[in-house]
Amino acid sequence: MKKSRRASARAPARRDPPTRLRTARDLAELQRATWALISRPLTPDNRVPRRWIDGRPTAVVAAGIAKPNDRLTALERLEIYSRMYWFRVLDSLYEDCPGLRAVLGDRRFVRLAEAYLVKYPSRTFTLRNLPDRMARFIAEEPRWTRPHAALCRDIARFEWARVEVFDTAARPVFTTDDLLDTDTGRLRLALQPYLQLLELDYPLDDFFLAVKQRDELSRGDASNTAVGAAGKSRRSAQLRLPRRAKTFVAVHRLDGRTYYKRLEPAAYRVLVAIRAGKPLARALAAGIPRAARPREDWPAKVQAWFANWMQLGWFCRRE
Amino acid sequence: MPANRFNGFTDYGIGIGLRIPHYDHILAKKPTVDWFEIISENYLVDGGRPLAVLDRILEQYRVVQHGVALYFGSADRPNRAHLRKLKALVKRTNTPWLSDHLCWGSVDGTYSHDLLPMPYTFASAKRTAENIRMVRDFLEVPIAVENVSSYTEYHVSEMTEWEFLSEVVERADCGILLDVNNIYVSSRNHGFDPYDYVNGIPAGRVAQMHIAGHTKFEKYILDTHDHAPIDPVWKLYRHATARCGVTATLLEWDDKIPSFDEVHAEALKSKQYIAEARDAQRPADGRRAAAAGAAGKAGR
Repeated sequence: MKKSRRASARAPARRDPPTRLRTARDLAELQRATWALISRPLTPDNRVPRRWIDGRPTAVVAAGIAKPNDRLTALERLEIYSRMYWFRVLDSLYEDCPGLRAVLGDRRFVRLAEAYLVKYPSRTFTLRNLPDRMARFIAEEPRWTRPHAALCRDIARFEWARVEVFDTAARPVFTTDDLLDTDTGRLRLALQPYLQLLELDYPLDDFFLAVKQRDELSRGDASNTAVGAAGKSRRSAQLRLPRRAKTFVAVHRLDGRTYYKRLEPAAYRVLVAIRAGKPLARALAAGIPRAARPREDWPAKVQAWFANWMQLGWFCRRE
Repeated sequence: MPANRFNGFTDYGIGIGLRIPHYDHILAKKPTVDWFEIISENYLVDGGRPLAVLDRILEQYRVVQHGVALYFGSADRPNRAHLRKLKALVKRTNTPWLSDHLCWGSVDGTYSHDLLPMPYTFASAKRTAENIRMVRDFLEVPIAVENVSSYTEYHVSEMTEWEFLSEVVERADCGILLDVNNIYVSSRNHGFDPYDYVNGIPAGRVAQMHIAGHTKFEKYILDTHDHAPIDPVWKLYRHATARCGVTATLLEWDDKIPSFDEVHAEALKSKQYIAEARDAQRPADGRRAAAAGAAGKAGR
């Protein structure tokens, strides 16, 4: 692994930690100094880099923060936390990003994840949100995913949609009873908050099913031991990467499980317009281009879409 | 102190952590368990399976919330968005008390997702206590703070860990979740006597205890929660129970999780140590009288 391809800590050299802790400001300074050391990306052999950002030995920086004991130096003691931090966040992304792993392979994925976390460390209390800016990062820094940057960006969007679908709120389902006394021309429907509508450049619904199938197969002939990201490799059969093709997908859930449903372009546009709050009549007009109308049996088609979406519980009552 | 103001005057008995691999077993078999501890942050979501399962558990069991991300010891103030979600969950679970760790873990809004050790100083105790009070006032539920396992110590520290814990809980007027395994792990990593720790804390503030397993490496011990507790930890638990009284006890098992029955059976071992602690507490004359009484009955 070339050094230049690894993420580097962008933070400027920090002030030395306080030698006495008298105020909350001192506490903040000590915590910043400790965090700067702990969150520095590890070397390929999972050690804290031996040189600090300003060129000093990192051991000197660590000795300014922590005490050694009879078995470990100050740096070795802090290194325990550094490893735990990186293993935890990388493992979390490893779990959440099976598609990116499949495209990049484990080693390149870990490099991407590390660079991503240096630029966009966690800003919320939950690891759930860790991948929320991955698509943005891939767009900003395509070098980590070349020559598959466009595909990886789509995959990152898809993977974030899966996270959102899993535990975003569901509202009371809209039923035909709710249509009573309603002027259907002015009817405004609402979509379940958990429903994710994606316009993609690649057919990722099929790709994710293939990834899942491959992972299940590899789990079946391997042990059940949990596999972490760092320093571990997973037996992986070659997957065929998807070819570019405009694809519209709804990521949704049913009985607690996540599903992908391919949508026709017009159906996707109708749903997007409904989500934007347009009345039903205008949503249909937005979704079905006037020029296309005579060529198909649109009433039958639209009826089938809505019957299916109602069945899946995608519509909810407006608040 | 089996029931006190720090655990909502409850007497919950022996619980285990609610973990995903056990969901199906619990929902299908409905085993008898005194209570479940949940990791609050796993349920701070707006919908989906986590809340659906929790609601089914709440129909059958008592649940106590245990957090991992309040970071009372961070110089940052508690995050309001986090607190709002926690408050909604507190209303949902009706938890009689809420626990989190005596540690820091966020800096300037960036989260480590780890339980980082505190510098044991009066200034950090003051800041930590202020944060605990802010959280308690917002959530309107008793708070218990848990001692963490640690692997490093700061130069700036001015006192022992147990003196720091005592300073914080007295200033915050809150409870203690005494993690006996964490005391043991830290004692081995830092070279202190774990019994000094247990003897040095305000016993009347203990609202709950944790027991767990750990992993021994060549130069340090890591708090991994992937084994059953070892004998020295059980003995320390017995001593802590003798000193602090019988209180709600929870076995943590978070990695390499065995079957529900195995985890539960391990947790129930604490009953044996509770009995021994009770026996040790009984005055010598009382023990002799009890023994004589038992002998008399047998002779009749």
